Amino acid sequence: MTISEDKYEAVIGLEVHAQLSTITKIFCGCSARFGAEPNSQTCPVCLGMPGVLPVLNEKAVEFAIKMGLATNCTISEHNVFARKNYFYPDLPKGYQISQFEHPICKNGRVEVETDGEKHTIRINRIHLEEDAGKSVHDEDFVDAGSSLVDLNRCGTPLIEIVTEPDLRTPQQAHAYLSLIRQLVRYLRICDGNMEQGSLRCDANVSVRRKGETELGTKTELKNMNSLRNVENALTYEIQRQVSLLESGRTVEQATLLWDPSSGTAQIMRVKEEAHDYRYFPDPDLVRLEIAEDYVRQLKKMLPELPAVRRQRFMDQYGLPEYDAEILTSSRELADYYEQTVKIINDAKLVSNWVLGDVLRVLNDKKIEIKEFPISEIRFAELLKLIREGKISSSAAKKVFDVLLTSDKSADVIVKEMGLIQVSDDSAIESMVKEVLAEYPDEVNAYKNGKTGLIGFFVGQVMRKSAGKANPKIVNSILLRLLSP
Amino acid sequence: MSISTDQVEKIAALANLNLSEDEKSKFTVQLNTILEYVEKLNELDTEGVSPLSHPLDLKNVFRKDEVQPSLPVEKALENAPARSKNYFKVPRVIRK
Repeated sequence: MTISEDKYEAVIGLEVHAQLSTITKIFCGCSARFGAEPNSQTCPVCLGMPGVLPVLNEKAVEFAIKMGLATNCTISEHNVFARKNYFYPDLPKGYQISQFEHPICKNGRVEVETDGEKHTIRINRIHLEEDAGKSVHDEDFVDAGSSLVDLNRCGTPLIEIVTEPDLRTPQQAHAYLSLIRQLVRYLRICDGNMEQGSLRCDANVSVRRKGETELGTKTELKNMNSLRNVENALTYEIQRQVSLLESGRTVEQATLLWDPSSGTAQIMRVKEEAHDYRYFPDPDLVRLEIAEDYVRQLKKMLPELPAVRRQRFMDQYGLPEYDAEILTSSRELADYYEQTVKIINDAKLVSNWVLGDVLRVLNDKKIEIKEFPISEIRFAELLKLIREGKISSSAAKKVFDVLLTSDKSADVIVKEMGLIQVSDDSAIESMVKEVLAEYPDEVNAYKNGKTGLIGFFVGQVMRKSAGKANPKIVNSILLRLLSP
Repeated sequence: MSISTDQVEKIAALANLNLSEDEKSKFTVQLNTILEYVEKLNELDTEGVSPLSHPLDLKNVFRKDEVQPSLPVEKALENAPARSKNYFKVPRVIRK
């Protein structure tokens, strides 16, 4: 951090749009599936034909309330949908149905941690709205001077989660956004895919001298379609604003479009006046009232959320915080861990293997745990063989690799590959005796104090057994036979 | 409450309408007449009456999250003044 940055602090607020993973759109029965042929999922309602009536998807309401509960919001009893009026080709009605004065959730808070410090980020509101269509500008098949519009996305349910300007650093923004992504995935209300745009983030950012309480002029950053982009874009923009102020110039209110390839942001337009969206209640939708009972019912249905689950993993399984955090990073991974522990009842062993080999495979193959080929039962069978001393840990790794591509059980693989560990004391003892007889000089050196040679002897016995001798037993027999 | 020509210009701009000078003055007069008429409502005592967001006393009308058939693409694009492949074609709109 430069000296000039040290004199300043950034004030950041984030607006996150999350596409709700309902099957259908928010106000009509068109499928909301991603990736369909252009304009194949539309109807008179989402095309904005005159005289049609929107009808609210009950699932969208449920999902929004769940997110509100997970972020400690108050759920509004009275809800009104409003029209937000503006013109853009991907918005056929000329208005977006949203919520204005009465958002479904308000006054929440979440906690994020950066550099070992906890920060409370207040949530101003979460409201329900519909997504717009998608414009295509730059593909080869678009004629010069025109844009193409696909309205499949038009009417997909969104929640917009708006923070108070409580974030101070790009790292906090990153931590906040990954928490939001983790929460929507735990709740299974959004797939959290930033590249495909199911989770989108805009940032409002301004800088001011430290100690100052007035806010500086803010700019709005858009098009940051990954966690890394959000952090990089904010770092860039904070530096840009600080440089402007340091050179005696001023920050102009503007919208900036982040360009990840150049690592810079382009000014899209300087705002002359705040947008005038002329919100008013949508007369096509009757009021939405959310009963306390219903909220209570949903609260009971919430899954155990990441922070609580992490703490429980530490308490119940005696895991270090870091391990518990990784194991609970996704609900599915945590489930996989717990299911396996339930079968084999060895929290530490399962944790070592999940954090090591399982995660390595997931990262290498770029797959999620739900696509991981070894079921909890088959995984537990393998771990059981290790715990019972039937195979060595190096043999276990070989079996693990085979399990990834085979339907056979660990037992069968071990037998077929001849990996059963020799734990028979007498068999091992005779091998140890052979080794000691082969290396009389080393035995003398050991007895004269070169006790580091124990590793050499273990190695020789392991070799003799083709890796199948139980190293613990080899070690103890060696110590016994070599002791004076 | 009365409305100025400036306000008429602003409303027209927000509605993407180009008004001639004649129209601006004409609509200023007409809009003012309408507003004066509606102003009559202010004579009512609305103390203790909560704002109405919908004329029907209905609430919580939902649909189940179940797919209904969409329009065939050809039908969806039927009213499009211009199309390219299965897209609506519009003048270039990227904001640069």
